[in-house]
Amino acid sequence: MNRSLTLIAWIVGSFALSVYALVIVPQQQIGGLQPQFVEEEGKITDIYPIQNQGIVEKGREVYQAEGCIYCHSQQVRDLQNGTDIVRGWGERRTVARDYIFERPPFLGSNRLGPDLANVGSAKWRNEAENDPRRPVKRDAKWHLLHLYAPQTIISESNMPPYRYLFETKKITGQKSVDALDLTGDLAPAPGYEVVPKPAAVALVGYLLSLDRSHPVNEVKSPAPEAKK
Amino acid sequence: MIAAAEPAPAPVSTATVSPASPMAPTERAAIDASTRGPVLFFFGNAILWLLAATLLGFITSIQLYSPTFLADVPFLTYGRLWPAYQNIITYGWASLAGMGVAIWLMARLTRVPIRYGSVLIAGALLWQIGLTFGIGSILAGKSSGVEWLEIPTTSAVLMLVGYAFVGLWGVLLYGLRKESAAYISVWYLLAAFLWFPWVFATAHLTKSFPQLGGVVQNIIGAWAGQSFFSVWLTAVGLATAYYLIPKVINRPVYSYNVAAAGFWSFIIFAGLTGATRLSGGPIPAWLVSLSVAANILLIVQIVTVAVNLVSTIKGEERYIYHSPTVRFTYFGIIAFLIASVLGLFSSLRSVDAVLHFTPFATGLQMLIIYGFFSMVIFGAIYYILPRLVGCEWLSSSLITFHFYGAAYGGSLVTALLLLGGIATGAALASPDTTFAQIIDSAYFYVAGRALAWVLVGIGHLIFALHFGLMLLRIGQPGGQPTLFGTHDEVSH
Repeated sequence: MNRSLTLIAWIVGSFALSVYALVIVPQQQIGGLQPQFVEEEGKITDIYPIQNQGIVEKGREVYQAEGCIYCHSQQVRDLQNGTDIVRGWGERRTVARDYIFERPPFLGSNRLGPDLANVGSAKWRNEAENDPRRPVKRDAKWHLLHLYAPQTIISESNMPPYRYLFETKKITGQKSVDALDLTGDLAPAPGYEVVPKPAAVALVGYLLSLDRSHPVNEVKSPAPEAKK
Repeated sequence: MIAAAEPAPAPVSTATVSPASPMAPTERAAIDASTRGPVLFFFGNAILWLLAATLLGFITSIQLYSPTFLADVPFLTYGRLWPAYQNIITYGWASLAGMGVAIWLMARLTRVPIRYGSVLIAGALLWQIGLTFGIGSILAGKSSGVEWLEIPTTSAVLMLVGYAFVGLWGVLLYGLRKESAAYISVWYLLAAFLWFPWVFATAHLTKSFPQLGGVVQNIIGAWAGQSFFSVWLTAVGLATAYYLIPKVINRPVYSYNVAAAGFWSFIIFAGLTGATRLSGGPIPAWLVSLSVAANILLIVQIVTVAVNLVSTIKGEERYIYHSPTVRFTYFGIIAFLIASVLGLFSSLRSVDAVLHFTPFATGLQMLIIYGFFSMVIFGAIYYILPRLVGCEWLSSSLITFHFYGAAYGGSLVTALLLLGGIATGAALASPDTTFAQIIDSAYFYVAGRALAWVLVGIGHLIFALHFGLMLLRIGQPGGQPTLFGTHDEVSH
């Protein structure tokens, strides 16, 4: 009997250790992280990060529902851990503070597509710096078209088209401002237009909000020299 | 030919050598009979989930090759099917089949018949109601967004209550045991029965605590996901292998002390390995170091399993050719060893920097859940079922086809994931290779995977058919196990 008690005690103890080390201590250490402030003459002039609002939060829900995390990570590693920064996915590594308002953070574990931690930043790129295919601007229009038909923009793309986030409707009066510019096979019948549903608009709003390039105290140099 | 000079393996049903006093055949038959209802229920349902997982594994592979496939049906898109697949293969197939085997093994090893088997069946039903609701939620776009913890808390609670019925039975059997000898299998089973609900409950019940800060949710997801593989699947799989291989080849485990050393290192270190899944990410660096260290120390367990099970079978390799149970189980053990070594290497920081975020991790999981766990469980089902239904498997050819489909198909899926992961990782590490080029070169691997899933699927359909025939008592007369190569062929 003593032997079994020892056995059960070890099993219970090892579980307690596991929870303590991998759940409780991390929560104590980083669970209470707050936004960082810059104070100048008694006034707060800068807060980072801030909580998402309105359409961005709605777009986050679409991102979550569609399972974007299974192909896209949202975390940038430092130069010792991969080429994330060299590839143009971010200028500094991301830190726990970047995610304090996210429930849950979409860190992701697989990159069947590029990292999106900073996809809303004007500096974000997924092509070589001088690649002619690099879009001048990844704005809402670009993202909507890319969601509707990824392969028209990047022929190699393995991303599924999210056509069900759009609708084809008859043009009444003027053409909608957010109607997609589709050509060739994708073009709708004359008199019709393809417009994003609210979910697509929200999703693009969320994507454009993704920018974690704000300097943080944890990372000394936001853009360290790449060294071999 | 190989076995021409050797006697055919003894019929398993009369081979009673185990490390302790042999049971009387009548007692054993009574215990087996007491497990019949619940264990058949667990197996039958698990196999249905396995078929579903196979289909989803196939569809999601096609989708990676041909992104437009089913892209217009919201609930069938890759982003929803992939988590559904992961949840089905882990909680539907592996957990249910594992529980079935664990209950049967525990009853045998403790020599306690199962009473009130309907409680176990109720547990399995609740588990599946919760799981079905959870899968439905994922497909409906209601995932929690934390990998490995996608199902809603309601589902998790239902599954947990269902599990409680099963887990309590397992622990209860241990409490009532009539067999005092220490079996390594019993230790592993007890660890599995006790560990699983704690991890599952802690992770699912805390994932939505508002107090949890940001990435702590991801840490919990990584911890729970890793524990599922390194603790629950490993414990049940090894318990089963430690029972089946010595049993069928009629020879005790090579060394109990070595096995015990492996068990203790497993208990202490396996639960600490989770943070490797977030290596390089925005979490405290010491967490990853701790998990890498735990992973390295787990090498004790890897070595003990290798020494023990490989030495146990040494000189009796003919069983691998003849006995379906040994062939599947041995395959599983080799896969476990490969997975453990690859897991160890890929957790090292410098290797992880290259392989993180590539399909390598998916390949490693496939190697554990399929190459190791599922193959051992197939072996167990081939052993257990004849003892429950009273007839032997109808056809050794059907078992052979199942083995080919599962072993070759499964190995191919796994190898393509691992190799594809290495190729992708190497390409990502070179900044001159553009992302579009990387995707383009990965199409070869995903196309191969879809084809390999077809092989796996054929194997599983044959297995399901064979299982169904057994339930209808269509098989060989009881007594002589169905072996690869009939006894006639063996003596030629």
